[in-house]
Amino acid sequence: MSQTAKPAVRHPSLKRNRLGLTQRDYEGSMSTLCAGCGHDSVTAAIVQAFYELEIPPHRAAKLSGIGCSSKTPAYFLKEAHGFNSVHGRMPSIATGANAANGDLVYIGISGDGDSLSIGLGQLCHAIRRNVNMLYVLENNGVYGLTKGQFSASADVGSRAKKGEENRMKPIDPASLAMTLGASFVARSFSGDKRQLVPLIKAGLSHRGFALVDVISPCVTFNDHEGSTKSYAHTRVHGHEVVDTDFVPLRTGLKAEQDDGQSTSVTMHDGSVVRFRSVDEGYDPTDMNGASAHLKELHGRGEVATGLLYIEPTSLDMHAFENTVDQPLVEVPFEKLCPGADVLSKLQERWR
Amino acid sequence: MDRNTRDRTNDFVLKIATVNGTGSASANGLLMQAIFRMGVPVSGKNIFPSNIQGLPTWYEVRANKSGHLARRAHPDVMVAMNPKTYEQDIAETRSGGTVLYDSSWPLDEELLRDDVSFLGVPLSQMCVESFKGSRERILMKNIAYVGALAALLTIDLEVIDGILKEKFSSKPHLMDSNDSALKLGYDYVREHFDCPLPAHLENMDATKESVLMTGNMSAALGCVYAGATVGAWYPITPSSSLMESFTAFCGQLRKDPETGKNLYCVIQAEDELAAIGIVLGASWMGARAFTPTSGPGVSLMNEFIGLAYYAEVPAVLFDIQRTGPSTGMPTRTQQGDLLQVVFASHGDTKHIVLFPADPGECFHFSVDAFDLTERFQTPVFVVSDLDIGMNDWMCDRLEWDDGYQPDRGKILSAEELKDVQEFYRYMDVDGDGIPYRTLPGVDPKGAYFTRGSGHDRFGRYTEDGDLYQEVMDRLAEKVDSAAEALPEPEIIEAPGATVGIVTIGGCRGAVLEAIEELAEEGTAVDFLRVRGFPFAKSVEEFLLAHELNIVVEQNRDAQLRRLLILETDVEKKAVVSILDYKGNPLSAEVVLDGVRERLGLVPAVVE
Repeated sequence: MSQTAKPAVRHPSLKRNRLGLTQRDYEGSMSTLCAGCGHDSVTAAIVQAFYELEIPPHRAAKLSGIGCSSKTPAYFLKEAHGFNSVHGRMPSIATGANAANGDLVYIGISGDGDSLSIGLGQLCHAIRRNVNMLYVLENNGVYGLTKGQFSASADVGSRAKKGEENRMKPIDPASLAMTLGASFVARSFSGDKRQLVPLIKAGLSHRGFALVDVISPCVTFNDHEGSTKSYAHTRVHGHEVVDTDFVPLRTGLKAEQDDGQSTSVTMHDGSVVRFRSVDEGYDPTDMNGASAHLKELHGRGEVATGLLYIEPTSLDMHAFENTVDQPLVEVPFEKLCPGADVLSKLQERWR
Repeated sequence: MDRNTRDRTNDFVLKIATVNGTGSASANGLLMQAIFRMGVPVSGKNIFPSNIQGLPTWYEVRANKSGHLARRAHPDVMVAMNPKTYEQDIAETRSGGTVLYDSSWPLDEELLRDDVSFLGVPLSQMCVESFKGSRERILMKNIAYVGALAALLTIDLEVIDGILKEKFSSKPHLMDSNDSALKLGYDYVREHFDCPLPAHLENMDATKESVLMTGNMSAALGCVYAGATVGAWYPITPSSSLMESFTAFCGQLRKDPETGKNLYCVIQAEDELAAIGIVLGASWMGARAFTPTSGPGVSLMNEFIGLAYYAEVPAVLFDIQRTGPSTGMPTRTQQGDLLQVVFASHGDTKHIVLFPADPGECFHFSVDAFDLTERFQTPVFVVSDLDIGMNDWMCDRLEWDDGYQPDRGKILSAEELKDVQEFYRYMDVDGDGIPYRTLPGVDPKGAYFTRGSGHDRFGRYTEDGDLYQEVMDRLAEKVDSAAEALPEPEIIEAPGATVGIVTIGGCRGAVLEAIEELAEEGTAVDFLRVRGFPFAKSVEEFLLAHELNIVVEQNRDAQLRRLLILETDVEKKAVVSILDYKGNPLSAEVVLDGVRERLGLVPAVVE
């Protein structure tokens, strides 16, 4: 197996964004995942979101751990640097990269194995530091590359392809993130692009750690009857608690008149996220209420989707660290090295 | 000359036995600093427990007019302040030496020795009478024994007073208590005993060009001067003070003058796995980044180190070694990580390693490490140990060349990328085994995918054996080619010597002292200290030029010897070991005994 580039042939009628780029310019190499894999739909949603947000591809950095989901950064933004790291450790790579250069747009792709077992600690601490990045967790309840073992997000009663039943309670990344004080928590379904694309855009615009948990079925190992992470099960039991729309900064609010039923949150970069509660009274800026509602739905066997929680004014890692606004990688050496005179004076204290 | 009868002026070992957590550390530091300011070469070794309060702790001060500052066994003066260790402390004292003890309580007569003088000073009693509150009484007892020693060793009281004044300039009320405690001990000793002792001090002029510093402090300063901006760590003894020093230096030297914001970012990670991950992320982005740790941390970092090697991501790692395996003795020193760092990770790897011998080298090697890691695009280790890292060493003043420019290695700028038809990350364009790299965010043309999975020279994923092997072979050549770019070995040759002593790191002082004594006895040996790995050609030449090489190192398994046999053409039987791995800094006695035994020599001196 090797890597296959997509042919560069373009149809002249393809739409271009204001950078003059087509959606194809935001793609990567050919996917090597199984036909029908949910992850490929997530990739397509990411491509669309970056295209529509008009982010220059090379100003993004895409990172991942190990697993099927972690292969996907190769399939989008070919003009961005990518880092396919080691299993469960992508958050630390992203943390260091962001510390060195906070000006890039960071997107991390992980899976439920990568994030909720081997990498649970790193995920928690990236949330705690509020590293400014979009963290997409492609969640299918199963280990794909090692052929079908349960992951930690497998639901009680869910059956593996070979018939074995999971009896341990799942780790729900969305509830976990809220418990840890995450500043942006969303959930969606790979098969629902209408919902997923605005959530990815909002996550990219959020200053801080934005978790988007995407139920993304594994067609090979976890799409059978008895699985709770299959296409069919997710379509039936998915429950949108809020309807979310993302309004980029440049559009302004004029064209998007408030209809009286939706609420708006202004993001750090000035763009606006509008949401309309589908469940009456659901307020994604109320952590306690949101958590309680999530639990209630989970108890009914339903999966809450949409923008579950947002704290638009949270402090990110650079605020905690009080770093200069200029990316550290751009600070000239002369400003970093104190020089011979200082060294000589400093040593007077050591006598 | 017999060590028992020779002149002990400015040539003695003082050992202070106390209880951890009683504030003796600052009193001991005060003693050492005072001796230094009298112009007498001095070193201090803190032998401390993994404990906050209550367990025994010792501090060894060596004053030596010839500048031999390695640890030396058998103190001339023992300050026995901890009844729990009286027995071993008294037994360890050199015959003809002196034991100073707290006579507020009687000393068990069974502990007395005829060949040692016992001087009882009622330190606790005097402090109870003079000070209020239990904490002050405990603290001032330490200063009182400093006063007693000032009388016995003729330490200049004005020098001590000067240091105290600097220390307490902002808290003058503490100055009064310290002054009176000092006087309590001083006056009592002057009144009751003959002063000074045979082991005592006289002013010299041998420390003017020197400073006192720990290796962790100087390594941290090296990171500041090298322009490191991102540091990540997980606290672990004995490396923690490296990052704490870096943070403190940066707080002082790395604030943006306009905004007051930080021109650095130090992240205390959740574990060592994350710490090295943060370093790799930052280095990949183009920052100079580092992590300090100790052996257990390196164990945890192995997987990421392999990724950095294979994906050619720079990283600077400081391994401040302690005794292993496992938790081992966390507050004791050792050189047990040599094999682990050299081949860290699963699969085929080999890493560039620098071995400083003292804090001075820690500073310079720290700067070198950042240049080397960027030049060779591979992780670089600076391997020191608890003794170098945490103890105060007398070193030459650090010098800095303002003409220094960081060696960033082969990084293509946006401008340079314009002239490149197609950029391939792992292509050996120049034939030196080192490919060009690009930094994220700079130019779309420079984009590539960094991965730990199999890749070809174009940076593409591969499972093709030939393409995989091509990259692996280049990596081997690349790291080997670094050998002559590293600090060259330190070699000192004696005319006519057929035996060589080979050593590493902080063993330097004890080995050189032993070589000098051997020379006085009529045995000439050559000296080589390894300073980098992969070994320079001159290391092999040295080994082959000697009939016998004695490798002195501080671990059980002769790790340096094994590496020498593995990496050079030397015959196994031409390399023998002296191994010391009980956790204390090496002393010349161990080297002398070992060399004499291996060479069949009869010691000229009987202790």
